[in-house]
Amino acid sequence: MTKRTWPVRGRWLLLLAAFLFVLAGCGTGGKGTSDTGSPQASTPSGGEAAKGEVKIGLNLELSGNVSSYGTSAANGAELAAEELNKQGGIDGMTIKLVKQDNRSDNAESANVAVRLMTQDQVSAIIGAATSGNTKAMIQLSTENKVPVVSPTATAASVTVDEKTGQVHPYMFRACFIDPFQGKVAAQFALNDLKAKTAAVYIDSSSDYSKGLAASFIDTFKAAGGTIVAEESYVQKDTDFRSTLTRIKDKNPDVLYVPGYYEEVGLIIKQARELGYTGPIVGGDGWDSPTLLELAGKEALNNTFFTNHYSSEDPDPAVQAFVKAYKDKFGKTPDGFAALGYDAMYLLADAIKRAGSSDPEKIAQALAETKDLQLVTGKISIDENHNPVKAAAIIEFKDGKQTFRTKVQPE
Amino acid sequence: MNWLQQLLNGISVGSIYALIALGYTMVYGIVKLINFAHGDVFMLGAFIGFYAITVLHLGFIPAILLTMAVTSLIGVLIERVAYRRLRNSPRIAALTTAIGVSLFIEYTTIYVRGAQPDVYPDLFGDRVIRVFGATTRVDTLVILLISVLLMLLLQWIVHYTKIGKAMRAVSYDADAARLMGISVDRTISWTFALGSALAGAAGVIFGLYYTKIDPLMGLIPGLKAFVAAVMGGIGSIPGAMVGGLLLGLVETGVSALGFSLFRDAVAFIILILILLFMPQGLFGKNVREKV
Repeated sequence: MTKRTWPVRGRWLLLLAAFLFVLAGCGTGGKGTSDTGSPQASTPSGGEAAKGEVKIGLNLELSGNVSSYGTSAANGAELAAEELNKQGGIDGMTIKLVKQDNRSDNAESANVAVRLMTQDQVSAIIGAATSGNTKAMIQLSTENKVPVVSPTATAASVTVDEKTGQVHPYMFRACFIDPFQGKVAAQFALNDLKAKTAAVYIDSSSDYSKGLAASFIDTFKAAGGTIVAEESYVQKDTDFRSTLTRIKDKNPDVLYVPGYYEEVGLIIKQARELGYTGPIVGGDGWDSPTLLELAGKEALNNTFFTNHYSSEDPDPAVQAFVKAYKDKFGKTPDGFAALGYDAMYLLADAIKRAGSSDPEKIAQALAETKDLQLVTGKISIDENHNPVKAAAIIEFKDGKQTFRTKVQPE
Repeated sequence: MNWLQQLLNGISVGSIYALIALGYTMVYGIVKLINFAHGDVFMLGAFIGFYAITVLHLGFIPAILLTMAVTSLIGVLIERVAYRRLRNSPRIAALTTAIGVSLFIEYTTIYVRGAQPDVYPDLFGDRVIRVFGATTRVDTLVILLISVLLMLLLQWIVHYTKIGKAMRAVSYDADAARLMGISVDRTISWTFALGSALAGAAGVIFGLYYTKIDPLMGLIPGLKAFVAAVMGGIGSIPGAMVGGLLLGLVETGVSALGFSLFRDAVAFIILILILLFMPQGLFGKNVREKV
């Protein structure tokens, strides 16, 4: 017996949903999923109840302050579902997407998840774009035994409980995690840039920045490099000149600045003004057109950042995706779109191997994913439900993002 | 020549603080009001300058003059609408109103144009000048020059013009000045106009120097300039200039020694120490012509 439970917070919503359901007069077309007494209800959703169809929920930020992330991911997932359905679906099952907006809000993300899991009875959920909104679904996924695949939540705690070290059994993601970026950046600095000494300039008000910096420092030191300076700033700072003067004095081979574009843009500009000409490296927080506006074309030469993918990657799989996305949405897909697309394919692969739309079987298959070729790289899911995959290194050339290389995890 | 570089960094930051601090100190000198909306006039100045350069395609000097004209009108308007009626009420009422005006300006700006930052265009190119091993951009020098010019101009207005004389008189004793036939209201309006014009100029200079401007940018520089004004002795014009430069140098020094995270804390520790041991500030004691 699969008994589904709801948290208190979601209950009023459920009541309302049930009320609307009654008003609508059994809106789902009498598939018998609502009657708790009937035998079908005791079997998990999908499969037997709705033949030839697998329902996937999208819980994404379609409005609110990070709506550009969620919209891109939703576009990517929709494109993937459309392609899969054109090829005859997954083992004959048509994919039906149930798209919901969580308004970039943690509480609303939980509400949407409750609705998708209990009312729409989806087999799996794709979402959310940010780590915070994804974490709001952890408990619900465990209680309802429905797998959640986040396209872009990079915080380690999304799939693993940080206190106990236990893996959340139904949480997965399609992107790499924060510490991995720092490691890749260090490998790139050591091997490609031939750096022996590095300075690290950290945004001490962001866990993201601190996480990247810590793994960069560990990797760089382990390979015999020296960290000559470790300095910090906080978000909303505008004057970095005095600290940068200090860093320049130490003469590092490479400067690592794993922050967000608003401060990084100013840091790069001011560092170049002060006469630092060496390479500057960062993470995916750099990925915004505002960075170019703030720093200027000239200053950005000889700067690099790690990202999930590059639309300039000559790989035919990437180029096919870029073309299909451009045809449908009229713009170049960003990293969020590529990961939304990949999340759908990752799920499709698992559903195929599970051979059913049973959420528990899908979760099990997801955990066993191995060497699956996707747009953002070939991935295997490790024991912590994180994909092991390559990262792209992007280089700025005259203000344009160009694909430099791919770094494989070791 | 590391110390020379840091000195240049410090003077640049300090002269921006000094320009804002002047507005605080002038207004305080004349109406005994800490005008917390002053930092937001600075922010408005940055945006007016930005639109003057990008939309009206004005050069640097016309843009800064236009900005100063508009912000001085805004300053007069704020005094007229929000502070004039409260001139004889308890000071806490005026102070609360000032905070209200500050928030009103910030969030109206966000409502009108959104909270995202804007980026100042590069007016002077990336030409770099090397002085004894320290590097500085041309615009840093232009900025310093303009700041010094504006401060000299202000000194001249206060000491050698009729309105300056009136300002000093009102600041010394408003009732006596009124008896001598000086229009106190008009003099106060002039003070707000001058202070806000300087804040507007500081806004444009800040935009050019730091590139990024946003609707909440006035908050921290405003508070720092307030600290600078108190440090120099609030009410004293030379005090504000010296206080601003000193604060800029202290902050740079703290970062240069590797304590960048304590930079803001140090600024406010100085404020507390000065209030404890030298409540008059550096120049607050024997300066007779307070404005």
